[in-house]
Amino acid sequence: MPDIDIDAPGKTLLLMGNEAIARGALEAGIGFIASYPGTPSSEILPTLAGVAKRRGIYAEWSVNEMVAMMVATGASLGGVRAMATMKQNGTNVAMDFIATLTQRGLRGGGGLLLVNCDDPGQRNSPNEQDTRPVAKWLDIPLLEPGDFQEAKDMTKWLFDLSEELDTLCMLRCVAKISHTRGNVKLNELPEKEKKARFELDRLGRPVNPHAAVHEKLDKAQEKFELSPFNRYVGPDKADLLIITCGGSWLHSQEAVRLLKLEDKVGILKLGTLWPLPEKLVVQHLGKSQRILFVEETDPFVERSVMELAASLPPDSLRPIFYGKRSGHVPAYGELNPDSVIRAITKIMGLTYESRDADYSKKVEAAVKSDVVVRIGTLCPGCPHRASYWAIKNALKLDGRLGFATADNGCISAGLGPAGFYVAKTAYAMGSGAAVADGLGKLGQFGFDQPVLGGVGDSTFYHAGIPALLNAVWNKSNFTLIVYDNNATAMTGFQPHPGTGMTAMGDPAREVSIEAICRSMGVRVEICDPFDLEKTTETLLDVMKDEREGPRVVVMRRECELIRARREGPPYDVYVDTEKCLGDSCGCDRLCTRILRCPGLVWDEEAGKSKIDEIICSGCGLCADICPQGAIIREPVVTQEREIAEEIPGR
Amino acid sequence: MKELIKDPLNLIIIGVAGQGNVVTSQLVCDALVREGYLVTFGQSYPAQQRGGSVINYIRISKEIQCSPIIPEGRADVIVAMEPVEAMRMLAQFGNPDVITMVNPRPIQAIDITGSKAKYPGLNKVMEDIKDLSAKTWVINATEEAQELGNAIMANVILVGALVGCGLLPLERKSLEPVIEERFPRAFELNMAAFDRGVELAREQE
Repeated sequence: MPDIDIDAPGKTLLLMGNEAIARGALEAGIGFIASYPGTPSSEILPTLAGVAKRRGIYAEWSVNEMVAMMVATGASLGGVRAMATMKQNGTNVAMDFIATLTQRGLRGGGGLLLVNCDDPGQRNSPNEQDTRPVAKWLDIPLLEPGDFQEAKDMTKWLFDLSEELDTLCMLRCVAKISHTRGNVKLNELPEKEKKARFELDRLGRPVNPHAAVHEKLDKAQEKFELSPFNRYVGPDKADLLIITCGGSWLHSQEAVRLLKLEDKVGILKLGTLWPLPEKLVVQHLGKSQRILFVEETDPFVERSVMELAASLPPDSLRPIFYGKRSGHVPAYGELNPDSVIRAITKIMGLTYESRDADYSKKVEAAVKSDVVVRIGTLCPGCPHRASYWAIKNALKLDGRLGFATADNGCISAGLGPAGFYVAKTAYAMGSGAAVADGLGKLGQFGFDQPVLGGVGDSTFYHAGIPALLNAVWNKSNFTLIVYDNNATAMTGFQPHPGTGMTAMGDPAREVSIEAICRSMGVRVEICDPFDLEKTTETLLDVMKDEREGPRVVVMRRECELIRARREGPPYDVYVDTEKCLGDSCGCDRLCTRILRCPGLVWDEEAGKSKIDEIICSGCGLCADICPQGAIIREPVVTQEREIAEEIPGR
Repeated sequence: MKELIKDPLNLIIIGVAGQGNVVTSQLVCDALVREGYLVTFGQSYPAQQRGGSVINYIRISKEIQCSPIIPEGRADVIVAMEPVEAMRMLAQFGNPDVITMVNPRPIQAIDITGSKAKYPGLNKVMEDIKDLSAKTWVINATEEAQELGNAIMANVILVGALVGCGLLPLERKSLEPVIEERFPRAFELNMAAFDRGVELAREQE
């Protein structure tokens, strides 16, 4: 793809929704962006950081989303257009600040945007959440793009709106827009020099802050009534009117096309969701006796329109409403064209066959024998696999029914087979530490199980520090494991305060995890999880430490995917088929069945295990667990990889 | 712009996370947009970086920007970097007219090794794929890539095979600039992989 800051108005690029948002911000003359990584929002910041220096903008990964929102606000107060980007969980973190910010306004500062990317279906999230109600709740003008072009155009337009209304504006995007690529036609880039200044005389608080923001919302509503982001396509009188927004708009168009109902079903696509453009909606409600709402995740538009319909004069036409409330559209999860087809055919009494029925029967029969479940797992060579292996063994040897807690990111694999089920909880950023902290205070109730609280390195800086501080202050008895792979790995290897690098690639001071912990007076042990024996011994020792307060074990080894980008595998690994005893060994396939590294497979014909050479990363961990010593690792001279950085992460 | 064999043309490129099928898709899509087509390239992927299935939905049209997800039973072409993944896609998106292209190299799933279950019989899977497709190309992409020096290049071999089989409105000259942009330092090696893919497809015509 050509550079995102190519100055070629009219040119069409294939852009991911998140890249389109970044381009929109560039076209608006953004000066400042702050974010914390979180799928599906993670690509917006790096897209801008990659061109930051030559475009004269500033981009930072902040330590967490609340800080990101606050620093972006600082930039706005200084007169620079600014944006904070995050996933739904991040917006939750930032919400306390946002709630007050909206009632203060921007005091004549630069336009300020919150870009929130939701993850319907929660493929990459600890929860499924619709963040649009935050806009209604906290009085924020809200737009949602229905395609990739709008992702760019809305971002650009929102900066103007934010300055005009002097308030924070919000863009909500869903994963299927954020992470899908589509055609985007570019507009010109501004060549305006940015000069920051904090205007002292503009400060002060509105007399009635809540009333002030409501006036702004009224103005926003007037503009929304005329916005080109709201569109109707269909007949003047329709058998069915679909009201939709976001990615569901594309699904709805597809469904109507496949059913060949273009002359019977109309689609009203809303782009300005809060405040609702009421006049526009009322005008369209008259188009049909039947209205179907299609949106992901919560019935946000559905409820707003039904509320509006309830306030209409008593003699108004009252259509029948279909959607999540009526059960015609799923109440949760991601939608697709078929969800819309099912809703339409049910309402209109039509039949639809997605394919030939005989073919369906044939394929269903074949699938029974030919398809296996394929779940995600930790990568071959992942240090977390080794950490969880050591923890599994240490907890067993300790014998007091101890357990671990996990947190977000790759370490959440501790809840499943890849982490041997050693972790029992995972909720939100920092909860792996703080929930363990709570459990660690139950001694007075007879609680005697060792708890190994878990936090990743990036999460340690994000929300782990206050949790540990609380545990020290209140003398909680648990061990905090910091899984330090020197990256925010799951979201795409973004740097954090411990990596010695900023988002813009500049060197930075490396903030040491152990120095922070030691400054609180905590015992800190540092382990290389690939040294399974020493790690297990250390874990056993810290779990028995009877001194007051928490202990910390830092499991330190670089993320394998980052290492592999730089250099070749450290070992040649193979199975010595003479030594491997297969099922007669008594190990019960410890390597393939229990360790479950994807690089190890069971050779059905030979009845022994074997290395899959295209998957194996050559980490050599499995050589340490084979009781027969049948897995051989031989050091290879590591070379710098020629094409390394061009091998994709996923 | 050349005519499409169908409009919209629905292409699925599936693989196991880590096989590089996103790059395959990206190269194809970038080339198509340069030729002036409207492309929607949607994805389904696991949370983890490795192990699960990565599905790329590619919708190509001269007129409309399609949904990021292909409707059930509506795939026109399925390219699978792994045979079980081809079956997984046929189950949901297959139809009597679907054309498949399969790299027959299996990749085990941890659910198989973990439960002592067996990987489905490869021969049967391949036979069923052929039986459920109007036409099937078998491209030994991993094996060929290993011969070129790195198994990861199976993804670019498949780009070549897709161009070679003539299902997409693309030629070598449409891919050359996008491969160069993507792999500035390994351009020639990747073009060699691409050309090998074209050959492999043509051998099967």
